[in-house]
Amino acid sequence: MARTGPKNTALRVLVWLGVILAVLTAVLAGGTMAGQASWAPKLALDLEGGTQMILAPKVEGGSGINEEQLNQAVAIIRQRVDGSGVAEAEISTQSGRNVVVSLPGTPAKETRALIQASADMNFRPVLQAGPGAAVPTESLTPEDQLPKPTAEPTNGSDINWVTPEVYKKFELLNCDNPSQDKQERSDPTKPLVTCEPASANSPAIKYILGPVEVKGSNIAGSSFQLQRGAQGAVTNEWAVNIQFNDEGTTKFKAVTERLYQFNVASQAQGGSDPKAQFAIVLDDQVISAPRANATITDGRPQITGGFTEQSAKALSDQLRFGALPISFEIQSEQQISATLGGEQLRMGMLAGLIGLLLVVVYSLFQYRALGLVTVASLVVAGALTYLAIAILGWTENYRLSLAGVAGLIVAIGQTADSFIVYFERIRDELREGRGLVSAVQNGWKRAKRTVLASKAVNLLAALVLYFVAVGNVRGFAFTLGLTAIADLIVVFMFTHPTLQLLSGTKFFGEGHRFSGLDPKRLGAIPLYRGAGRIRTPDDKPAVALRAKNTGAAAEAERRMTIAERRLAERQEQLAGSSKNASKEGN
Amino acid sequence: MATSFANFGNELYTGKRSYDFVDSKKIWFLIAAVLVALSILLPVAKGGFNLGIEFRGGSEFTVSNVKTTDPALGEKAVKDVVSGSVPRVANVAGTTMRIQTDKLTDDETLRIKDGLTTAYGVTDNEVTSTFVGPTWGADVTKQALLGLAIFVGLAAVLMALYFRTWKMSLSALVGMLVTMFITAGVYALSDFEVTPSAIIGFLTVLSYSLYDTVVVFDKIRENTADLQASTRRTFGEEVNLAVNQTLVRSINTMMVAILPVGAILFIGAGLLGAGTLRDLSLALFVGILIGTAATIFIAAPLYAWLRQGERELVKQAARVQQRRAQAAAKAETAEAPATA
Repeated sequence: MARTGPKNTALRVLVWLGVILAVLTAVLAGGTMAGQASWAPKLALDLEGGTQMILAPKVEGGSGINEEQLNQAVAIIRQRVDGSGVAEAEISTQSGRNVVVSLPGTPAKETRALIQASADMNFRPVLQAGPGAAVPTESLTPEDQLPKPTAEPTNGSDINWVTPEVYKKFELLNCDNPSQDKQERSDPTKPLVTCEPASANSPAIKYILGPVEVKGSNIAGSSFQLQRGAQGAVTNEWAVNIQFNDEGTTKFKAVTERLYQFNVASQAQGGSDPKAQFAIVLDDQVISAPRANATITDGRPQITGGFTEQSAKALSDQLRFGALPISFEIQSEQQISATLGGEQLRMGMLAGLIGLLLVVVYSLFQYRALGLVTVASLVVAGALTYLAIAILGWTENYRLSLAGVAGLIVAIGQTADSFIVYFERIRDELREGRGLVSAVQNGWKRAKRTVLASKAVNLLAALVLYFVAVGNVRGFAFTLGLTAIADLIVVFMFTHPTLQLLSGTKFFGEGHRFSGLDPKRLGAIPLYRGAGRIRTPDDKPAVALRAKNTGAAAEAERRMTIAERRLAERQEQLAGSSKNASKEGN
Repeated sequence: MATSFANFGNELYTGKRSYDFVDSKKIWFLIAAVLVALSILLPVAKGGFNLGIEFRGGSEFTVSNVKTTDPALGEKAVKDVVSGSVPRVANVAGTTMRIQTDKLTDDETLRIKDGLTTAYGVTDNEVTSTFVGPTWGADVTKQALLGLAIFVGLAAVLMALYFRTWKMSLSALVGMLVTMFITAGVYALSDFEVTPSAIIGFLTVLSYSLYDTVVVFDKIRENTADLQASTRRTFGEEVNLAVNQTLVRSINTMMVAILPVGAILFIGAGLLGAGTLRDLSLALFVGILIGTAATIFIAAPLYAWLRQGERELVKQAARVQQRRAQAAAKAETAEAPATA
């Protein structure tokens, strides 16, 4: 018996597997103690309960979405969702085409409207501004005193844009308590009545704005920085820089030329004309309305005044999104109650456990004690998979979905498959008459190749499903791929070394009848034919073969084992050569 | 039974018991052709598959733990909000109701949700709603087909590289296609809903089908490796022996693959009703059975058939026949003196 070689290797491999498991466990334990990870895998919304929306972004003009645009789309939605105060929202891209928004619980109507709303940024000149509250009914401007346009408006700041309807709307608008109903997108060629919502350092303001003069898509970039003083020293004031493209530069120059005049004129009178302001409008809401303090000719305006680092960054980001008029279409929306999710998880786990039990019973039934190796291997594979999922949940925010659970359950069978392929090979080798130690070695050599090839097919399928799939396919594909890898590790690092060690034991090595590797039961014909009990009386081909002259009919041919074949071959050669000889003799 | 099954395995291995998969290929191919044709014609005759809401577009509510399973309550709850609609209300499993309607607005969805909560006497937490836009299904279908094409392409290359013969690759793919068509046919016949989950199951079946074929073909390759130097069996007979020798493996593999899937299908889904788990497991259950059969009855015989015309193999077959004839003649002459 080969005592040293395989046995030592086997032990070494097993130790390595132990090290891997220990390291993974330690990593997870460390993460858990640091309060960042948790022992339980993170659950996706369909198990935890919540809302999942799949949105298809659409860029105006019908062009396709590239990856950068999609990432911006995600940033837009993330900002909107975060802004609406929803904690723990998950926003991600899917298959490079969709944006998936997952929110715990049922989102408020406002949040939902906010998410679907299109990002639409424009620059409009301000015509009139006022405090955010609605004008009380008693002090509304009487019908006959409403502003009456006297002529067609000539430019964006022309007061003739303000019709009685627009003015009435302006008076009635309440920006302190805005309704979040999703409205139709405003007409860029018409005046707009809207709010600048209250922020940390300013109350809500309402505006009448002129038509769109510069489009958000004319923004080439934006940044934020600490403002420099006259001497070039950095001050404590934050500033936001915009950079327009050529078209934007020309248009913005024309606008600031006009607005700056209003500014100069009003300052001369010691007042401040709102018409000197231009409003940056995102999704029909004013996000900032700076005053034109100069004519900007180079297309690089800087906005200053009362910014904190955060607010400067926020505005800068919003301006960047403005360069991209993305709108979203809800492809599918699912609201799953926590009760249903929990129930599905329970049922899924129950089904998985029963499935596992059935596989265990079947393995024990088919492979006797060898089935225990299957069970142990499944346990190790399960541990590896579990640790991987928990760690990925911590580091990559991987969440286990119902489809993922299904993948895990399906994987039980696929994992056990590799063992079956291996065990059947060992049995084949035993049938050839080898001893268990060499049967394990030889069977492994052959099974290894098959297992690798077939796992490659599994992995390929998982990868394709993962990268091309839509909807909940990903979770399934992910667990399927993960378990395929875990399976490979287990077969190579656990099942095979374990069998190498077991083949040295008396129970397995001598083929106990419950070992699942009983040569007698496997109909093995030892190469060494010492013992008389080897042949069963009905094993005719062997008898026939030994009686040289009977020859082998085609029927009997098929019944030969390799051992017999070799013998037959030798006989054949002898017979053949003698025949040839006789032929030559004739 | 274990003993007899092990015996069964031994007999298959030694060739004592042998099922003729390769020689009767015409029958298998005919059966497969008929089944595939039926699988194509059946959905056409029935006017397509029973598509899930993901493909049709619309809104769906699931109410769990209902006090009563009267569908009229659900219909009323929907009609109270959208008067002209024709909701489809069904008791899907145990105490779960499913209500499907046409596309609803956000507001209608919330109001119907409230209505259903009251009607079935459940809490807010037990009503789940799904809205699927009209373009979603097309998107899913497109991606599924794309995935299918990429997978088949890559698998073909992978197998051609591994087996180093395109004939094996082709045979395996044909086996897979047969599995695919018949699984789809069973779906059409059973009138189960085709949902994205069913499609995932379907794609997984393709992977299983190839996986299974790879294992059997590996044995075929092993058995036929030194065929040229031997006159014991013809190529077809070697293929048949390989299939027989891996039959126990095929059955065992199929069993362990199908047991967990069956557990989901009959235990999880039976108690829980329609959903990801059931749709996925049904496709897998059917597909694994057919995939295993397709390897044995279609892929392997097809491979033998594709290669039997090769000059080298024809020559080898002739040598086998010649030797057998000689052996038979020798056996007769050997017997003659004994009888005399």
